Amino acid sequence: MHSSAARSARVGVVTFPGSLDDGDAARAVRIAGGEPVRLWHRDKDLHGVDAVVLPGGFSYGDYLRCGAIARFSPVMGSIIAGAGRGLPVLGICNGFQVLCESHLLPGALIRNDHRHFVCRDQWLRVENVDTSWTQDLRMGQEILVPVKNGEGGYIADPETLEWLETLGRIVFRYINGNPNGSRDDIAGIRNEAGNVVGMMPHPEHAVEELTGPSVDGLVVFTSVLGGLLAPSMVTA
Amino acid sequence: MSTPAERSEARVTSRVVVDVMPKPEILDPQGQAIQKALGRMGFAAVSAVRQGKRFEVEIDGEVDAAALAQVEQMAETLLANTVIEEFVVRVEQ
Repeated sequence: MHSSAARSARVGVVTFPGSLDDGDAARAVRIAGGEPVRLWHRDKDLHGVDAVVLPGGFSYGDYLRCGAIARFSPVMGSIIAGAGRGLPVLGICNGFQVLCESHLLPGALIRNDHRHFVCRDQWLRVENVDTSWTQDLRMGQEILVPVKNGEGGYIADPETLEWLETLGRIVFRYINGNPNGSRDDIAGIRNEAGNVVGMMPHPEHAVEELTGPSVDGLVVFTSVLGGLLAPSMVTA
Repeated sequence: MSTPAERSEARVTSRVVVDVMPKPEILDPQGQAIQKALGRMGFAAVSAVRQGKRFEVEIDGEVDAAALAQVEQMAETLLANTVIEEFVVRVEQ
């Protein structure tokens, strides 16, 4: 374990007005062994965090488009700048929508093709482990985490979908059924550097036997913590 | 102090309308749901409905080229997501 490190990694969790899963995301960080730091949408100071989670929910009431107004919040200006310098950023559900609206990730998320809100446990296949958030997962590993969205259909133009595939930018794919009409069964994607990942399903809801369908989601959080602690382990 | 006439002159505003529509190739589940409802209501001839958004932007003073360019910029950056939507900007007379 990394408990002998001088300090645990500090992972910021942003709260926008209308965020719902910020509490669970902070809890997942703590269970994974990190120190959650609550970040407020109007505060552009990231308080020196080592990584950031954009949680699920309905930021700004989903007004205009999901994530569209959050993208121009003060905290996002700092996160976009940080992401450009390699700060690990994970967007879950509404957080994924915010990352697409911010152009940190390509494509967009539109209303589910079947028009219903979907809330169920969902199997995913890990398609890329070369990211800050999936490095402790195995290629091809199948994990079970909840998915819950109304506008979770991932869409991009055909050229973008092709290079996402060929460049290995697809991180998670839905298996045993596509819950929302996402193109190519895409459940999560990454940026070029691998520090930014967006995913529609909710790993933060699968970190404890008592409340989740599995504890498969925990590895997403331990992955980033392991990467952040690695340098201090070397110098220790 | 300004006179009432000056104050009313200062309040002159113009309206610029931005129409935003999903791109033709983008699935529009809301439009599909509306089309189905119209069918149930007896409007049998409706072959398709697409749902978009209309923004009415009030601009202080007259709309000149610079003001229009600003609204274009608003549409491009916030009002529309050009990955999935297209927009048209026009001055309402």
